[in-house]
Amino acid sequence: MAAVAEQVTSTGLRSAAVGRNPWALAWRRLRRNRLALAALGLLLLLIVVCLAAPLYAHDVAHDGNVLGPNLNGTTIVGGKVVPVMQEGGGILKLGETPIGPTWDLHHYFLGADNIGRDVAALLLYGGRASLQIGICSALLCCIVATIVALIAGFFGGLTDAILSRLMDVIWAFPVYLLAISLATELLTHSNGIQIGFLHVSATSLWTPTVIIAFIYVPYVYRPVRGQVLSVASKEFVEAAIAQGASNFRLIFSEILPNVVSTVIVLLPLMIATTILTESALSYLSVGVQPPNVSWGTIISDGQDLLYTRPWVSLAPGIMIVLTVLALNVLGDGVRDALDPRAKLRVR
Amino acid sequence: MRQIRPKTAHLTGRRTTMATLAGLAVLALAAAGCGNSAGPSSKPSTGAGSAHQGGVFTILANSSFGVADPAQNYTLEEWQLLIDTHDGLVGFAKVGGLPGTKIVPDLATSIPIPTNGGKTYVFHIRRGIKFSNGQTLTPSAFVTTFDRQFTVPGPTSFYSGIVGASKCSVKGCNLAKSGGVIANDSAYTLTINLTAPDPEFMDQLTLPFAYAVPPNTSLKLTGNNVPPGTGPYMWKSYNPNTEAVLVRNPYFHVWSKIAQPNGYPNEIIEKYGLQVSDEVTEVENGEAQEVFDGDQIPSDQLSTLNSPQYAGQVHVNTLTADWYMALNTQRPPFNNLQARQAINYAANRTAYVKIAGGPSLAVPACQILPPNFPSYKPYCPYTTGPQTTWSGPNLAKARALVKASGTYGDKVVVDSTNDQVGTELAEQMVSDLNSIGYKASTQLLSGSVQYPFVQNSANWSKWNVAWSAWYQDYPAPSDFLNVLLGCGSIHKNSDASPNIAAFCDPAIQKLINQAEADGSTNPAKAAALWTQIDHMDTQQAPWVDLYNPKQIDFLAKNVHGYEWNPQWYILIDQLWLSK
Repeated sequence: MAAVAEQVTSTGLRSAAVGRNPWALAWRRLRRNRLALAALGLLLLLIVVCLAAPLYAHDVAHDGNVLGPNLNGTTIVGGKVVPVMQEGGGILKLGETPIGPTWDLHHYFLGADNIGRDVAALLLYGGRASLQIGICSALLCCIVATIVALIAGFFGGLTDAILSRLMDVIWAFPVYLLAISLATELLTHSNGIQIGFLHVSATSLWTPTVIIAFIYVPYVYRPVRGQVLSVASKEFVEAAIAQGASNFRLIFSEILPNVVSTVIVLLPLMIATTILTESALSYLSVGVQPPNVSWGTIISDGQDLLYTRPWVSLAPGIMIVLTVLALNVLGDGVRDALDPRAKLRVR
Repeated sequence: MRQIRPKTAHLTGRRTTMATLAGLAVLALAAAGCGNSAGPSSKPSTGAGSAHQGGVFTILANSSFGVADPAQNYTLEEWQLLIDTHDGLVGFAKVGGLPGTKIVPDLATSIPIPTNGGKTYVFHIRRGIKFSNGQTLTPSAFVTTFDRQFTVPGPTSFYSGIVGASKCSVKGCNLAKSGGVIANDSAYTLTINLTAPDPEFMDQLTLPFAYAVPPNTSLKLTGNNVPPGTGPYMWKSYNPNTEAVLVRNPYFHVWSKIAQPNGYPNEIIEKYGLQVSDEVTEVENGEAQEVFDGDQIPSDQLSTLNSPQYAGQVHVNTLTADWYMALNTQRPPFNNLQARQAINYAANRTAYVKIAGGPSLAVPACQILPPNFPSYKPYCPYTTGPQTTWSGPNLAKARALVKASGTYGDKVVVDSTNDQVGTELAEQMVSDLNSIGYKASTQLLSGSVQYPFVQNSANWSKWNVAWSAWYQDYPAPSDFLNVLLGCGSIHKNSDASPNIAAFCDPAIQKLINQAEADGSTNPAKAAALWTQIDHMDTQQAPWVDLYNPKQIDFLAKNVHGYEWNPQWYILIDQLWLSK
């Protein structure tokens, strides 16, 4: 905060900025960016729609379980009862094809997947999982990376060397390879992970969340550490040291407020990245585990049906594109809003 | 033989064919007239139907079969090629249909009757046969073959009953010195001594592990270099990333048309790396002759193949195989018989059949032995209707059994592979388990991890139900009942412990031992015993048997002479190409 005040003064914008909270300034800039606001609106809409999944699922669920297989089930199309899984035709009758889109909101609007589940309902539940994992893993990643970067950047020396090399080791692994390896190992523990009082079951959504957060920590750590090193050498920090401020106060009251904008700029972009990573891992069957679904698992389920039932894969694909696009546009807007160079535009 | 399923590996389904009437007639005549033919032919023979010879037969496979050394490779994908390039002492008749289950002499002149209480076999080896490198076949070749079974890492259990085998390891093996395999190159005889009578020894000798290789073949793994063989083709090249190429063996002549007839195509090429959907498209367009991965054809394209235009190109055959969920009998809840029977009553086999592609591609099953298998008699106690075929789940009885077992509400982990079919089977099993009061969840692992994982006793505490599949090695009931459910098939802390359920019933094991002993002396009694064992195992419910799969073979329009051999499935070299 002190650094922002100093910069504002130095640019001669005292009259424009006096008495204004920098966050309020950022919000003001963001509000002027209509594209970013539209992206935010789209993102919020997707979140709300996905959160409403149980309301829709209640309408279409078979046997009270919309995520369970329904291979022997039936539905209604044009007033007639038809099987959800339809036997192949011809002389050989090879294969079973799930029912296609009925465009009837109450009966398999987007059709069924390979085990007779309602694709539209899966899409909403899948969105909940994808968004939850994406947001939580990005938050977790940013929090951990920021704490480690603050410690490394502030204390420097041996602490910095050890922590930075540790990050380098994680960075050295290709992200997907590392994620697949960790997931495979964790999935073989039927009782999940037990760390002290914390227990995460192997099929919990927290398993991919923690894995994805872990693999991206170095990617957030590096820029934040650079920012910490820069801020730590500023005069206001030296002044605080001269006043006898404790390390805790220096880190959390002086340095953190001046690096948090970097983290906030990174956050939407990290969410977009983690959602894509989750989808990829789930597509490879090492992310979200049944009975949970995510957009990635639905794409995987639909790949054998690309010719006859393309909506099974297309619908979650479109949702991923929309979400990631919204997050990237929003991320750009947030960056513009928080970037000190943007202050001139505020005036 | 465990086969790895869709999208996970190269061990997929076996191939088949069905002959034209003329082809069958010719082969039947050959079987009748030449089954026991002895002695070398003086001239190279082109075999019956030489007018059809020629062309390149191209097979498209999603992935290769791994290391090619026949002493190690345990995949049908390579075996279907090895039967065209190599020979054993005996072999299954290379014809379609039931006659294809008959064991006939191949490099031996006849099938010997064992002496010494069923422990000694003396084979007379054919003279005048050469390997594809020009070396003359001598009985010593088989000493090397059997030694390599132990010095090359691979499945050795088929031949562990040979005298001296217990002293063999990857470090070395000398079965000739120990008196287990004795070659007499001047008399052209080979004597094999067993430690105990084995009624299935002839079956085991038909497997490619026992195929003759030149005596100077390295006792170490030859990797992707396949040692020369005596069959009508030889390996020109093999690159697991691109293709395998088989060309004609210039030294081959027909010595037994029923065991090793000459082949039709001049060249057989197996190409790797295409998606299965692309394989189908290429065969549809006539750019290749066969889709290897018939059991992995996407649902989308299966519906295309239902079109009348492909009616003559699609061949469906029932396999002697089981797809099943093994129940972990070593830990609750399935160490309880009532709990095991409960899930057998609850399993909705119609749903599993739909996952497999519908009734045209799978048949619901309750018992261990598959249909059309020796000693098979239909039996299905876990259904609502008559106890011979499955008609529907009996949920009321299942729920009552769960309550009686005291396992209601127990947590159950269903382990399966993470490919599409594996995932769907696991999800259906979770649904079935939850429907009778368990709290089930899935544990999905990659195919290469899952099979060793569930076999190893160190992981018994990590799962309760495990998907697996088994395809016959040869048509003998013990290949299912003893290999998969015998007490001797539990190897603790080993990744190769095929009794995944870790089921061991001393009373049943006693009957298995009796049936095996009776196999040589009283086959009828043995057959009846195997039927009884099958039904007893089914009652003990160590598995939830899901279905018996069928195999789809999709061939190009210009392919003729399709035959389905119950052992080897499609007989590639017996297919001919029209111009």
